[in-house]
Amino acid sequence: MSGHSNWPEWVYIGVVVALMVWVGAEAWEAERLVDHIPADAETIKVTGQQWFWSFEHEDGTKEIGELHVEVGKAYKFEIMSKDVNHSFNIHDYVVLMDAIPGRVNTVWFAPTEPGTHDIQCREYCGLIHYNMRGTLIVEEPSS
Amino acid sequence: MVLELQKPRPIWQIMFSTHHTDVGLLYLITSLAFLFLGGSLALAIRAELFLPGSQIIADSMTFNRIFTVHGTTLIFLFIIPFASAVGNYYVPIMVRYKDMAYPKLNAIAFWMIPPAGALIWLGFADFTWYATPPYSIISAPGPAADMWIFGLKILGVSSVLGAINFVVTILKCKHPDMSIGQVPLLAWSFLSSSLIILVAIPTFAAALLMLLTDRLGVSGFFNPAMGGDPIAYAHLFWFTFHPEVYVLVIPAIGMMYEIIPRFSRKPIYSYNSGVFAFVLLSIVGFSSWAHHMYATGMSFTEKTVFMVGTLAAVPASAMHVFNFVATMWNGRIKFLTPMMWSVGGIALFFSAGAGGVANAAMPLDFTTHDTYWVVGHFHLFVMGTIAFGSIGFLYYMFPYVTGRMYNETMGKIHFVMSFIGTVLVFFTQHLLGLYGMPRRIFDYPPIPEWIAMNQIATVGAMIIGISMAIFLANMIYSSGKGKLANTNDPFGLGGKYYYPFEAKNPSH
Repeated sequence: MSGHSNWPEWVYIGVVVALMVWVGAEAWEAERLVDHIPADAETIKVTGQQWFWSFEHEDGTKEIGELHVEVGKAYKFEIMSKDVNHSFNIHDYVVLMDAIPGRVNTVWFAPTEPGTHDIQCREYCGLIHYNMRGTLIVEEPSS
Repeated sequence: MVLELQKPRPIWQIMFSTHHTDVGLLYLITSLAFLFLGGSLALAIRAELFLPGSQIIADSMTFNRIFTVHGTTLIFLFIIPFASAVGNYYVPIMVRYKDMAYPKLNAIAFWMIPPAGALIWLGFADFTWYATPPYSIISAPGPAADMWIFGLKILGVSSVLGAINFVVTILKCKHPDMSIGQVPLLAWSFLSSSLIILVAIPTFAAALLMLLTDRLGVSGFFNPAMGGDPIAYAHLFWFTFHPEVYVLVIPAIGMMYEIIPRFSRKPIYSYNSGVFAFVLLSIVGFSSWAHHMYATGMSFTEKTVFMVGTLAAVPASAMHVFNFVATMWNGRIKFLTPMMWSVGGIALFFSAGAGGVANAAMPLDFTTHDTYWVVGHFHLFVMGTIAFGSIGFLYYMFPYVTGRMYNETMGKIHFVMSFIGTVLVFFTQHLLGLYGMPRRIFDYPPIPEWIAMNQIATVGAMIIGISMAIFLANMIYSSGKGKLANTNDPFGLGGKYYYPFEAKNPSH
């Protein structure tokens, strides 16, 4: 080794490692909360197929392409696919979960304000992947 | 140092040669041809996305085929063969051996690339470079998909043969007076990346065969209709291709280790830290593959493990950046074209790494996964870091290969335009991802932010396209008509900053 001292590099590596530990700890803490599905969440079955989304509520109501939910409730999506991989995405609520044939994946969210949001497919699924879109309509509570 | 015989020879003498510089030249020309082919597909993609609706590409099937072949070409037919070119030229000289350890195997490894490239280009498959099952099994049209699988199979064998050759050349054929601790960092980078290839590639080779038999309907490894699991493919694929990221980037870092100290006219700040970071990256590179799969329904524990594995790779990459900056510190830097590309590459490497930390953090990944953020992120690596390092090194080795100098002004224009273009395209794509635009889409709804950012990205891509045309003109003109180079000191740095011995391996 050349004669110079290496302490600046050690300090620098220490700073980088500390930063990574901080990022990791924050991410762990946030993900722990996000992964915890509330017990009273209503289940909505989401099915992806080339190239549209269909939804089935707990009371048996079915919707295609549009999903109606209410402010103030928590919803648990059970996501399935009938053919190839898709990815169910409501970007405004950071809802993202792959729809994989043969599996049921879950993800949950709780809408906070009335409004409409885009639903899209974020995993390449073929010819009309680009237009595998839907609409989430968040409404005021009915009762 | 002279890397190529300057006397003109008939082309078949080069084609049928097994001499390391001849094979290097073949690798070099092939990889550059595929750089321009793959790059023109990128321009087509960007032109199509300039506005919502169909612009220059008629339908989504064509678009899907274009981005699949674009990615496959630039990764497997530009980046890897370019690194092999540099390795062929430099590794034997650096370890002071007359040739690669197995010259015939070396030529065979090269000659597997053109047929593989032909299979990929004549097939023009549409299932993305990830060949996502079950789409690739039940939906992707043949024979394009099968040709892609065979093409990748051949490229995998070629990579393994090349890797064996580099490992044996460096470990077994280095001069007896030379310890492994004296092997230059560029050769170390080839040793590290070759070892990663040998460990990583067989997994994907197996997955490709399973994919093929699934497509033929005789097995159902990844086909849920036959009891298989697409997630199994994801694990096999990423177990190969996350380490492969380091296979791509490590030689480019090695090339910067050749250029930065020379043009700073200082020895490298810490050789040991460079070696350590290469070895560390090669090991921790294997602990992070499933960070590509957070959204496939992994458990909290799995996600945590792979997040930690991913973040563990950051300090090693950061050590390289530190080493470069510390080497340049107080150096008498001469900003010629190769140095500009290397420094630009380091800046973009840092940006790409910073974005990668955001991807690795689990909750943020659900915002960025499969959006244009990811496209911007990995392009900052493959274009901003690897292509920048490679192109810089091409300018650096140009006088040694051709005996002539490239045009310095055109080289600098090429760099400035490419740098601006890269920032415009890929930084913008990060933002586009935060606005939720998915990857791999032929058309998009007319959301004003999406339109504006796509247009910025397209303008950036066209700037890169123009700069690459300047590059091509410079290379072609200068290799025939450029000023004769002083091969003892082509960059006017003072002779002692070059490779410390006169080396030229005779033809045999």
